[in-house]
Amino acid sequence: MSINTIAEYFGVVLILIGSIMAVISAIGILRLPDVYTRSHAATKSSTLAVLLSLSGTFIYFWASENFISVRLLLGITFVFLTAPVSGHLITRAAYRSNVKLADSSTEDALEELFKK
Amino acid sequence: MINTLLTIALSLFILAIILALYRIIRGPSMPDRVVALDMIGVNLISGVAVFSVVLHTHAFLEVILIVGILAFISTLALARFVERGDIVEHKHNR
Repeated sequence: MSINTIAEYFGVVLILIGSIMAVISAIGILRLPDVYTRSHAATKSSTLAVLLSLSGTFIYFWASENFISVRLLLGITFVFLTAPVSGHLITRAAYRSNVKLADSSTEDALEELFKK
Repeated sequence: MINTLLTIALSLFILAIILALYRIIRGPSMPDRVVALDMIGVNLISGVAVFSVVLHTHAFLEVILIVGILAFISTLALARFVERGDIVEHKHNR
């Protein structure tokens, strides 16, 4: 077993871990009670899933064909930069358009700030 | 062996997209749907990456960038639409 084959298997296993993370975050988006916790599941673990699978693809192409893909690195950087921004934006829009929190949540720190 | 693992990964991504689609259809409020749509875009990016590994080609790697940019811009526009009611503001009085 040469070093390239081992690196290929490493990339494929990274892709597999990323897909399992994607299913876990999809279960989170189904089961969590309101939009703020759902955005937590959709933003953080989904970003981890896409980072793992894109890194696995990068390692696979590097090992099998000696091809270092700059576009793949650019895609990783772009997803890593924009996923928290879009999560924050949609959560802020949800709070400003008066979407209710879940019944089990106990504290709303922004309430008196927005009351004026 | 590698092909089996990649097929399992691809079907898990498709399962995640289907679960998020259920949240889009069912979701009680508009921001729920936008969150699920953002997640579908992210899963689509990784699905395209796995697909290009399966087919042994570099031709789909541009699609990752394009889909990422489109998902970000659409989430931005939808967040603005949910918050204010329109996307492009007209300046009446300046």
